[in-house]
Amino acid sequence: MRNVCVATIVLLGCLLALALLPLFAEKYYIQLFTKMMLMAIFAMSLDLLVGYTGLVSLGHAAFFGLAGYALAFAAPQYEAASLWLSLPLAMAGSALLALVIGVLVLRTSGIYFIMVTLAFAQMVFFVFHDTKIAGGADGIYVYAKPVAAIAGWEPFSLENYTHFYFVVLVLLVLVYASLRMLLASLFGRVIVGIRVNEQRMRSLGYRTFRYKLVCFVIAGALAGMAGYFAAAQFGFVSPDTLGWHQSGGVLMMVILGGMGTLNGAILGAFAMMLLELGFQGLPAVGGVNIGKHWQLFMGGFIVFAVLLLPHGLLGLGRLASRLRPKSAEAGDD
Amino acid sequence: MDANTFLIQVLNGIQYGLLLFLVASGLTLILGIMGIINLAHGSFYMVGAYLAFSLSQHFGSLWLAMAGGVVLAVAIGLLLEWLLISRLYHRDHLYQVLLTYGLILIFEELRSVMFGDDVHGVAVPALLQASIPLTDTLSYPVYRLWMSAVCLALAVGMYLLIQKTRLGMMIRAGAANREMVQSLGINIDLLYRLVFALGVALAAFAGMIAAPVASVFPGMGNQVLIVCFVVVVIGGIGSVKGAMLAAILIGLVDSFGKVLTFEIAGVRFLPELSGMMIYVLMAVVLLARPEGLFGKRG
Amino acid sequence: MTEAVLRTERLTKHFGGLAAVNDVSLDFFTDQIHALIGPNGAGKTTLANLLSGDLAPTSGGIYLDGEDIAGLSAERISQRGVGRSYQKTNIFLPFTAFENCRLAAQSRLPSSMRFTRPAPRYEEVSREALRALAEVGLDHRAEVPAATLSHGEQRQLEIAMTLATRPRILLLDEPLAGMGSEESARMVELLQRLKRAHAMLLVEHDMDAVFALADRLTVMVNGCVLESGSPDAIRASAAVQEAYLGTEEAAA
Repeated sequence: MRNVCVATIVLLGCLLALALLPLFAEKYYIQLFTKMMLMAIFAMSLDLLVGYTGLVSLGHAAFFGLAGYALAFAAPQYEAASLWLSLPLAMAGSALLALVIGVLVLRTSGIYFIMVTLAFAQMVFFVFHDTKIAGGADGIYVYAKPVAAIAGWEPFSLENYTHFYFVVLVLLVLVYASLRMLLASLFGRVIVGIRVNEQRMRSLGYRTFRYKLVCFVIAGALAGMAGYFAAAQFGFVSPDTLGWHQSGGVLMMVILGGMGTLNGAILGAFAMMLLELGFQGLPAVGGVNIGKHWQLFMGGFIVFAVLLLPHGLLGLGRLASRLRPKSAEAGDD
Repeated sequence: MDANTFLIQVLNGIQYGLLLFLVASGLTLILGIMGIINLAHGSFYMVGAYLAFSLSQHFGSLWLAMAGGVVLAVAIGLLLEWLLISRLYHRDHLYQVLLTYGLILIFEELRSVMFGDDVHGVAVPALLQASIPLTDTLSYPVYRLWMSAVCLALAVGMYLLIQKTRLGMMIRAGAANREMVQSLGINIDLLYRLVFALGVALAAFAGMIAAPVASVFPGMGNQVLIVCFVVVVIGGIGSVKGAMLAAILIGLVDSFGKVLTFEIAGVRFLPELSGMMIYVLMAVVLLARPEGLFGKRG
Repeated sequence: MTEAVLRTERLTKHFGGLAAVNDVSLDFFTDQIHALIGPNGAGKTTLANLLSGDLAPTSGGIYLDGEDIAGLSAERISQRGVGRSYQKTNIFLPFTAFENCRLAAQSRLPSSMRFTRPAPRYEEVSREALRALAEVGLDHRAEVPAATLSHGEQRQLEIAMTLATRPRILLLDEPLAGMGSEESARMVELLQRLKRAHAMLLVEHDMDAVFALADRLTVMVNGCVLESGSPDAIRASAAVQEAYLGTEEAAA
């Protein structure tokens, strides 16, 4: 019980800090944290699959990038899309893609599942890379941010980076709360049961395929939400947005943060992005621009983390709490 | 399509398929026997190609480069296995994915540091530069035929190794039941190390012989990795037979996909979306037999 | 004569060239414990797997209340009232004993596609779970993680989960496996109690328990039914003595 209180206090503290950030920070940091929060939403959507259902997807970026492309289609050239129309559309698109891919890949499990999710995401990559649907390998621009106007009244403007920040913060909180609610519901209990022992769930009468598929679609839709706003913020979408480096990156965030906790996904997203910035900002040594090769350090970090942190960064916290005497916890890991 | 084009596509398809088989067989063996999913497998292919490039410049001969390159690649593979991979055996696939993904990043950046980001070419060895005339106007490069021959020879060698030797028997047993092999007292560590080294060697060698044809470029490792995944999924994990069948199938589909035209309601699917064909194939196999053509059920 | 709850007709399962279950025809009635005994490898667990849908038969029929269920998936068969407990403890180790049963009971809801209301608020499900736990005598251990339960308690939980799905027939695969004498006695008493409302298939090696419980005995050897009848008839049968009971008693 004590650990739950500590966690809640930490969470609320972080929320407060995020809410107050724009008062103190300059534009660069506000935009940076906006991006980190979007990655956190992306990571949470994957954690639902990986950490809670036990489905390791190496192709999650397909849903992220597709929504970005959907926005680009809805906002051609210098036209601005309507937020209230294009966001649901983009999420629906990602959800539909997740449905189609899910029906195919959920027939497999284990290693096969990892490989086929990667392969199908790559297929989606090819559709955008090799065809003229959307600028091919060059990608396309989103020049105008979505407009939030309803019948002339504009509650906020996404062109304003502070408004954008708060919109994303609200979404982050909403997604987090919704996922917590989902996981505590009947559906959520089934999902967790599937991860622990799918065969037993089936012999108890659950049609596990359906639940996995619904979960896959929800995760895809949420990834789409993140991708939509990421495209709106960055102003550009390219096939790499749905490529496997993106998929690998978000998977890293989930695992390194500590999967199956939702908090870990957020932590992982923030930590990875800060790390990336840190590595990129390394000074040049002996004429060699080390920062350019930041992926070397990232790769090295990942290798070390896997070897030394079996439960990700949150595991460090758990290690610390284990040093203090406490009552037995009956929670799932 | 006329007979000449057809013949050339068949030859190209088979050649590509055999090359794929070389890389994919290592992947499927490592997966089936060691239970390790190694995302960095494609990186070994890239390592082979870059070794071919740099060593052939150094030695002035592709043959020497290949010889030296294989030795180097195996050494790297053994080192990796000993240092890192061996710690993954009892871990969840998730962590294997993550660690080997980290390795990909490392390999890519090392490559960038050592060789830059440009595309490089490797010259076809003088011995094999000729072309065999098929008709008065068309001829087929000898080098490609040689590639296919080498891949085929290695495939036969693998077959003999796996089916006819004691080591092969242990490999087959390991693929069927890892715990049993361990409890029989066979030195599982050594077996794993050998299998891993074999896989690395095959991938690197494939990269080397492919270099003159496919050139040497960043991202080649990742590209081939994903196609190898498709091969393994279609063929079935742990099945070398399946890998061969699937690889040839994919090679032909890919090859013909590039030259055929296919249109529905004014939308051209081929040759524009030829890159997608192999995934469509995979989807079909998944619908019919999720465990692959020769994979174990359940 | 009442209709059998579950009936198999010439049920057969081949694995490659081996017939693990060969031409087996049995029936199961409510208020009757039908025990299945035989040496290791006789096909008992395979038969249980066929009946629960974990395996699909090669040929033959399985009739639940007259309806053919052969080849249906495990989840469908479970929903029709077939409950199964496993030889190798097959529970949700990270969850509490209560959550194990709650999840089992939840499966009987028309649909679990509910995304908002917290699971514990479904009181009928929670009550059902507690009822199942109480029936096996585990209600005082409800909040204990299943992984920290003793082996005997885990076997009890295995049964509780099955009971929480309110099955009409129980397929119990070696419920007494690995239990001490006191735990075994409790389990035997539990099974006696359960008999009244359920049909039961009991696969067991513990001969004392088998003869104390069984209303009907079937002996399987090499996938085939050697003999089937009342416990006294089986005990007296020369063929069974030779094939199975003789060696069992010598070893016991």
